[in-house]
Amino acid sequence: MPVLSYIQAINAAMREEMERDEKVFILGEDVGKRGGVFLATEGLYEQFGADRVIDTPLAESAIAGVGIGAAMYGMKPIAEMQFADFILPAVNQIVSEAAKLRYRSNNDWSCPITIRAPYGGGVHGALYHSQSIEALFANQPGLKIVIPSSPRDAKGLLKAAIRDPDPVLYFEHKKAYRLLKEEVPENDEVIPIGQANQVRDGDDLTVITYGLPVHYALEAANQLADSDQIETTILDLRTVYPLDQAAIIKAAQKTGKVLLITEDNKEGSIMSEVAAIISEHCLFDLDAPIKRLAGPDVPAMPFAPTLEKEFLINQDQIKAAIKELAAF
Amino acid sequence: MNVKTITMPQLGESVTEGTISQWLVTKGEQVEKYQPLVEVMTDKVNAEVPASFSGKIVELLINEGETVKVGTEICKVELENETIDDIKTEPGHQTELAAAEDQLAENHSMRQRYSPAVLALASQHQIDLAQIQGTGRGGRITRKDIQKLIEQGMEENGAETVKPKPTIQSSQLLESLPGDREIPVTGIRKAIATNMVRATSEIPHAWMMIEVDVTNLVKYRNDEKNRFRETEGYNLSYFAFFLNAVAKALKKFPELNSSWAGNKIIQHKDINLSIAIGSEKELYVPVIRNVDEKSIKGIAKDIHVLAQKARNGTLTHQDMEGGTFTVNNTGTFGSVQSMGVINYPQAAILQVESIVKRPVIINDMFAARDMVNLCLSLDHRILDGVICGRFMSHVKEILENISGETTPIY
Repeated sequence: MPVLSYIQAINAAMREEMERDEKVFILGEDVGKRGGVFLATEGLYEQFGADRVIDTPLAESAIAGVGIGAAMYGMKPIAEMQFADFILPAVNQIVSEAAKLRYRSNNDWSCPITIRAPYGGGVHGALYHSQSIEALFANQPGLKIVIPSSPRDAKGLLKAAIRDPDPVLYFEHKKAYRLLKEEVPENDEVIPIGQANQVRDGDDLTVITYGLPVHYALEAANQLADSDQIETTILDLRTVYPLDQAAIIKAAQKTGKVLLITEDNKEGSIMSEVAAIISEHCLFDLDAPIKRLAGPDVPAMPFAPTLEKEFLINQDQIKAAIKELAAF
Repeated sequence: MNVKTITMPQLGESVTEGTISQWLVTKGEQVEKYQPLVEVMTDKVNAEVPASFSGKIVELLINEGETVKVGTEICKVELENETIDDIKTEPGHQTELAAAEDQLAENHSMRQRYSPAVLALASQHQIDLAQIQGTGRGGRITRKDIQKLIEQGMEENGAETVKPKPTIQSSQLLESLPGDREIPVTGIRKAIATNMVRATSEIPHAWMMIEVDVTNLVKYRNDEKNRFRETEGYNLSYFAFFLNAVAKALKKFPELNSSWAGNKIIQHKDINLSIAIGSEKELYVPVIRNVDEKSIKGIAKDIHVLAQKARNGTLTHQDMEGGTFTVNNTGTFGSVQSMGVINYPQAAILQVESIVKRPVIINDMFAARDMVNLCLSLDHRILDGVICGRFMSHVKEILENISGETTPIY
């Protein structure tokens, strides 16, 4: 199996899907000749031409709207938002149109659009290039939100998103793009949306997280297993909306001590919902208060490196939180 | 000497590593602040990295062509000005506060704070939480503590009977009257109490007693005992003969040499007899191993050694484990009949009572004979009357036929 970076895996998924199904096409800012600002669509313009890799004006509402219209006509658009932070002008299209189309038309219409957007901080991107915006959409039935944590998942989940008959928001952590590398199967592996993934097994406590923190949590857990004999189960949510409730409940019941990690602001985050699910279902299995490790409730990721570091969840914080919970 | 390091900078969003394409300075060179030091290539940009301060290059840490992560040290610069801004981070107020909080947390006992998981498990398995030592913070009992306890219980009790562990009820508190003396229940007393409660509450006991004519044994032993004492230095006890007879009978009836393990009965191959040795305050049950392979002398010696160890308090854990059947010498206290409590998880216990001279009718004539009662307590889950009756008859037969020929001492 070839070793791919996270962004190469995303690129490979789009290439393979476009080869497989000619209804699949890409639209977004600078996705064509430039190959995307992060080079996610590198080489696709050359391979598939300007008709299938379409550069759009700087108008996110139009990118989403055009994509939705094409999807209603049976196409399989992949709409790229250059940064997740810029998705806000498209929210009306996504929430009011794409999410509700099947319901509103009594199943006559559907909207198989995939909207890709790089999110997350730690790359010195400051206020408008660092946000986690998944929670904004995670209250809208009709949408699915996928956030992969590894190159293999990135490829398999993007394929699933493209093939999904309904709208899927696919958020990619931009720091993961070149940080994470692993062997990715060359075959047509499709990882089902809606299923969480246990990435580590342990009986002392359970960490539930998604996106880049999965990587940090894994490293922290492996170190603590060696240094402190603390064995951690880690559940990667993979799909943050709708949540894989069964997997969450099972993982929480397994150890009775749960640490929830998100890079997003704490209040009202995905983890707030995960905590609620555990509270509803696992009271008599809990051995410690549910603990959340998240970004502070300040408006955005700061630019100053010191403050950015302070905002971000890092390995040391995760280790400290795991140790504290294990000792409880 | 004030040496600072320069690290690989972050050259753009999403960039996490860079390749040193060319060093623009050499070791020992004097550099000015903002002077380009090195050319770095990433998959997004090529850039020159400027010096962060003026000084002399002490060392270049990365070779050209190498790829390193953002934040990796790439070179060392010796500063010109020694009084540079080395702001020491003060051991602040915050850490003191944290330490104080830690201490508070430490002192505040969590012993009586039970989580829902702990309470649920404890009630499901009828575990008395007051008896458990917690390993969590502040002595809190964790779910893992309980799970471990239940697992241990499962191993001992066998998979099916996750039986409530009977604990000594400390709740029925008796008021002591004026003049009464209160004796604290110490470790060994507590252990005895726990074992007895468990054995009597879990094992359905049944009892049986037979009378044995040991006139021959008494004669044989009286003939030999002085010589034995002189040559060996310790007593030739009756008990050794009884153990010998029991071991022989167990060989023939291995059903009694077994343990209840919930979903199965384990029949033991080795015949290891636990013997009860009491002192003023305590009761020990050390084990004589492979009794069936030992001569009378060998058994007598083991009894002697173990009794001495018990008196001196030097019995080890090893001396006490591995028993498969218990023989209790209740006769030494003058008892002629008793109902023993089975030594959990064995299948039965045999009590050897006092040997007493009694008139017995043999061939319609009275005779003065040495008689002894043997009392058996059996676990009715494992054993029934028939097999135990046969076992006891066999013991009786062996004992009544003891002589120098059937049972040599050496």
